[in-house]
Amino acid sequence: MDLAFTKEEQAFREEVRQFFRDNVPPETRRKMVEGRHLSKDEMVTWWRILNKKGWGVSHWPKEYGGTGWTAVQHYIFNEELQAHPAPQPLAFGVSMVGPVIYTFGNEEQKKKYLPRIANVDDWWCQGFSEPGSGSDLASLKTKAERRGDKWIINGQKTWTTLAQHADMIFCLCRTDNNAKKQMGISFIVFSMKSKGVTVRPIQTIDGGHEVNEVFFDDVEVPVENLIGEENKGWDYAKFLLGNERTGIARVGVSKERIRRIKELASKVESGGKPIIQDAAFREKLAACEIELKALELTQLRVVADEGKHGKGKPNPASSVLKIKGSEIQQTTTELLMEVIGPFAAPFDEHGDDGSNEAMDWTAQIAPSYFNNRKVSIYGGSNEIQRNIIAKAVLGL
Amino acid sequence: MDFDLSEEQRLLKESIDGLLTDSYNFEQRKKYMKEKGGWSKTVWLKLAEQGLLGLPFAEADGGFGGGGVETMIVMEALGKALVLEPYLATVVIGGGFLRHAGTDAQKAAHVPSIIDGSKTLAFAQLEKNSRYDLFDVTTTAKKKGDGWIIDGEKFVVLNGENADTLVVTARTKGDRRDRSGIGVFLVPGTAKGVTRKGYPTQDGLHAADITFTGVEVGTEAVLGNPEDSLALIERVVDEARVALCAEAVGLMDESLKTTVEYIKTRKQFGVAIGSFQSLQHRASDMFVAAEQARSMSMFATMAGDFEDAKERTNAIAAAKVQIGKSLKFVGQQSIQLHGGIGMTMEAKIGHYFKRLTMIENTFGDTEYHQRRVADAGGLI
Repeated sequence: MDLAFTKEEQAFREEVRQFFRDNVPPETRRKMVEGRHLSKDEMVTWWRILNKKGWGVSHWPKEYGGTGWTAVQHYIFNEELQAHPAPQPLAFGVSMVGPVIYTFGNEEQKKKYLPRIANVDDWWCQGFSEPGSGSDLASLKTKAERRGDKWIINGQKTWTTLAQHADMIFCLCRTDNNAKKQMGISFIVFSMKSKGVTVRPIQTIDGGHEVNEVFFDDVEVPVENLIGEENKGWDYAKFLLGNERTGIARVGVSKERIRRIKELASKVESGGKPIIQDAAFREKLAACEIELKALELTQLRVVADEGKHGKGKPNPASSVLKIKGSEIQQTTTELLMEVIGPFAAPFDEHGDDGSNEAMDWTAQIAPSYFNNRKVSIYGGSNEIQRNIIAKAVLGL
Repeated sequence: MDFDLSEEQRLLKESIDGLLTDSYNFEQRKKYMKEKGGWSKTVWLKLAEQGLLGLPFAEADGGFGGGGVETMIVMEALGKALVLEPYLATVVIGGGFLRHAGTDAQKAAHVPSIIDGSKTLAFAQLEKNSRYDLFDVTTTAKKKGDGWIIDGEKFVVLNGENADTLVVTARTKGDRRDRSGIGVFLVPGTAKGVTRKGYPTQDGLHAADITFTGVEVGTEAVLGNPEDSLALIERVVDEARVALCAEAVGLMDESLKTTVEYIKTRKQFGVAIGSFQSLQHRASDMFVAAEQARSMSMFATMAGDFEDAKERTNAIAAAKVQIGKSLKFVGQQSIQLHGGIGMTMEAKIGHYFKRLTMIENTFGDTEYHQRRVADAGGLI
């Protein structure tokens, strides 16, 4: 057991940090620091810079454009990316559908999709949740019927993040109604520009537009767009969800936010002095930092374990990442709310689409607090995570 | 970065786990409690035989040159088995003072008898009003010729009643809360003027309140600089905190395991109570708390080697906060999930809860350390 980063790992951290300093567009960074939304162009521009450097799909196998980094290097890269901060690669493409395609897809599909995912030539979105299928995802009803050389797709998806930008969707569809619910699902990809696809925005409580409802009305999809085997989609979905275990803790995001809390708290006054000088506030902040340090170490343990023993067998500690990671993210947004106090109130009714900066930047603090309630709900709610720990770890 | 145990570390873990599995189940522990001093000399000598009492000492001093990770492995195992023997007082704290500040002569006088199990030590530091502040010292050591005369009262000295040697903090200069002017002295437990009033503690260990009345010691008693040893005391106490964090992790592991086993077998309404979701979620939260504690115990172990004393102290304080929060939750919920049986002396779970609770109140509680981290400007 050696708990320090090696010299090589430290040098790698410096290299990554320097690259971000030199290459993340300053406007992109500033908007992220202030908690603003980025435009599609801003995100895609940055991802292409990253891809040009060869870091766009860093964790993919080398033959498909990955870096061959160690688990610790991936950890360092992600932490520095979140802490800079700069947008993380588009998860739907890079972390979700990409690995499914290179693991279960055929050669043609690999050639067709993987390079375009890496360069974000296609923006992908995820068609999993449905109005009646949230935590009980396997009950999904969207139907794909085989008709000649086509799938005919009918149904509705929801909570589809950034579908308004999307060119492609990977979709769980029911292809066998008679099988047990997990056994009749297939993993099908298709263009969001297809006839019969309708995207309707959902406005969330922060006033923002990240998620959408997506409707499929007799959408025709070529049969070759099935990934892997028919009716094996549930296995691929589980593989996909298991892939993103460590990123979900978002340690770097919370670290960056704590720096911001400290910066703001040394300016905003309470009782005639900066609020950072208030003992009660400082202790609350310290409590949050300590929890975050513990989470960071837990994440490192999971990362090191995966590096050594492969991703096949999940480290029991990995279940902690989602629960604690989301709780801490939420706490940091609460602390920001506490810092700005009454100035949390003004609401930018034009919303924040990345173009309107007329409002004071503190206007983003309350929306960010409201928006972050989602993190304990998505990706398997924290209650579902507890079910998983009880069953898979404790054997209850 | 590597979280796996090395071959030697794995062997160490197997060795102590094996020893404790054989000789430290809950029934055996009850017997040891009734022996003189409240712990087993036989077990202590077994620990010596396996080299565990010499673990952290340099090879030149007859030890094995073990580091923080080795102590963490041992303390976790001792926690898991709810061990009563004075490893913390003798090897971690007493040994720590000798390792960091002992002269060759002092080491030669004390270390071999620690390693072979023939002698134990105790740390006489707490005073009536000092609470967790290590610099708050009113016990005095006054120069007399070449030696010193010690006067004062120390409280809740773990292993204090029977220790062969007491490591005593005493003020040689300045006022009660001055950071300078504090020395550390090695005082024989049976020295003239030492009065020890021993008693059991809540968790089944033993401690003593000790009065020093005109106790005369020679120059060989002085550890380090008699006028400026706070940094030494802080370092050794930090190591004790790290060790307590590891012990707590062992205790929490065993508490969780015992509780999960219990709710799998205890039946109500015709089913195992572990099939109820509210209990499953509680157990899951206990797992989360225990894992976060384990992470911070590792962090504290790592911090023990930090060169910068401020950084070291801050990191270890942070660890003690996480351990404190986790142990309170895991300890309390272990009792809750056991229900009535958890309230009985007969069931082992309550004894784990009590030891965990006492760790919280040793060398700084959650509030104390949280304030220290806050005052230091946090960790980020």
